[in-house]
Amino acid sequence: MIWNEEFETLPREALEALQLKRLQNLLERVYANVPFYRHAFDKKGIKPEDIKSLKDLHKLPFTYKQDMRDNYPYGLFAVPREQVVRIHASSGTTGKPTVVGYTRRDVATWAELMARTFTAAGVKKGDVLQNAYGYGLFTGGLGAHYGAELIGASVIPISGGNSAKQVMILKDFGTTAISCTPSYALNLYEVALEEGINLKDLPVRVGVFGAEPWTNAMRKEIEEKWGIDAIDIYGLSEVMGPGVSFECVEAKNGMHINEDHFIAEIIDPETEEPLEYGQVGELVFTTITKEAIPLIRYRTRDITRLIKEPCKCGRTFVRMEKVTGRSDDMLIIRGVNVFPSQIESILVERKGVQPHYQLVVDRVGNLDTLEVQVEVGEDLFSDEIKVLQNIEKSIEKDIKDIIGVSAKVKLVEPKTIQRSEGKAKRVIDKRVLK
Amino acid sequence: MKILQISVFIENQSGRLYEVTNLLGENNINIRALSLADTSDFGILRLIVNDPQKAHTLLKENGFTVGRTEVIAVEVPDKPGGLASVLKVLNENNINVEYMYAFVEMSGDCAVMIFRFDETDKALEVLSKNNIVTIEGAKIYGI
Repeated sequence: MIWNEEFETLPREALEALQLKRLQNLLERVYANVPFYRHAFDKKGIKPEDIKSLKDLHKLPFTYKQDMRDNYPYGLFAVPREQVVRIHASSGTTGKPTVVGYTRRDVATWAELMARTFTAAGVKKGDVLQNAYGYGLFTGGLGAHYGAELIGASVIPISGGNSAKQVMILKDFGTTAISCTPSYALNLYEVALEEGINLKDLPVRVGVFGAEPWTNAMRKEIEEKWGIDAIDIYGLSEVMGPGVSFECVEAKNGMHINEDHFIAEIIDPETEEPLEYGQVGELVFTTITKEAIPLIRYRTRDITRLIKEPCKCGRTFVRMEKVTGRSDDMLIIRGVNVFPSQIESILVERKGVQPHYQLVVDRVGNLDTLEVQVEVGEDLFSDEIKVLQNIEKSIEKDIKDIIGVSAKVKLVEPKTIQRSEGKAKRVIDKRVLK
Repeated sequence: MKILQISVFIENQSGRLYEVTNLLGENNINIRALSLADTSDFGILRLIVNDPQKAHTLLKENGFTVGRTEVIAVEVPDKPGGLASVLKVLNENNINVEYMYAFVEMSGDCAVMIFRFDETDKALEVLSKNNIVTIEGAKIYGI
């Protein structure tokens, strides 16, 4: 099913003409209203009118996550703050979050994109959608909520966590569609079984899963256990939130990018040169309709590939493959973005903690685990077990409070963490995502 | 009398305990008493040796995290209720025992226990007032 037949199946030529028109309009707007972009354009000797075709896109400067931090909180807004009706934020690498704003029209666009997403997954008016994405500063909860309401589904805004209650509602409220992270879906299955409920016996029919990378093997497992269609969606708060791209239930093969709102490029993260369709590289987005905080060539750091071949669902939008990695060191652990530098800054603030640490990420059962190994030097050491255990617990608490992810801190002997020439190997990710 | 205890941080992995004891043995350091406290991840090996300074330097040079703690060696009557009689005194004086462990060898007719208190000086005073014998370092390292 297609929510917006007109735009989602626009012939490529018309789509690209629309993209160019919207891009040119965007460039005028940011040049006039965002000092950051005016400086960046001037530095490159570029004026908005120099962009005459989509092929000129590569002449434009990139936007990095750091630019959003440097302009914290509202510096990149392209409209007066009074026109912003919603503010979201994602966790930052140095304690300060990345802030994004939405005008009334942005919120409507976002709802439209999530309506497309749910419709492509097979969710429709009359469905009961249990939305278990987190509500709050995180874009997942409210983003999905507005889209599902627009379709006319009955939305249960339960937010994340509280698994026993989730299961009760799944059973009692006649839930037909669920949205959450894929690992949480598997977790809910286990919790339900413990309560003597097999989710397969319930009317739930479809799941819309995102906010963390997952595999096709995991899809198969979720589909078999829940007895549903499991659909992958992609988004990031800087660009919009959920709804940037989505799979269709017909193909379940690549996520259609809402190209009437975002121009996607794949670049070589090292040389920063654009790559051809089909080549693997870093995904870069230009948000051509966003009003409050439009971004030019935003570096997502996500590694993927674009598929130009038409899809059997009839949409003309290009598809992106599942994200297979990152061009920086960000980890996604149970849906939470974690940078090793965040852990480092928590550790170095602590007296006696060595600057030698290592993060071991694994997937045990269905849940990601994070182990933080910290070398015990003389300043930290004690002859009493409880003192060392309290150190472990208190670092764990800091990580939970500041980054929002549960970690296990493990004290290790000095010099057991591998030293390397140059860049230290801080992360061992044992999860297999192929 | 306070005596010096060496403690070593040891990860829970096979062979580590051997490495520590072998290192001490090869360097002629004699272990007089020891206790191992452990969690699922790591352990703390506490040692009374004949030459604590040498042991400390040696372990440190070999990359171990080593600590030094003052503990007290107490003579405990070697008969039923012997240890309880000592603990009774400590309890009555609100002295907390962080941990304790026993010496294999005797001091005359008495067993010897190593005590780690949170307030070492106060503990010494209480023990001495109650005529409980503590053993000095020079003697304990050579038992």
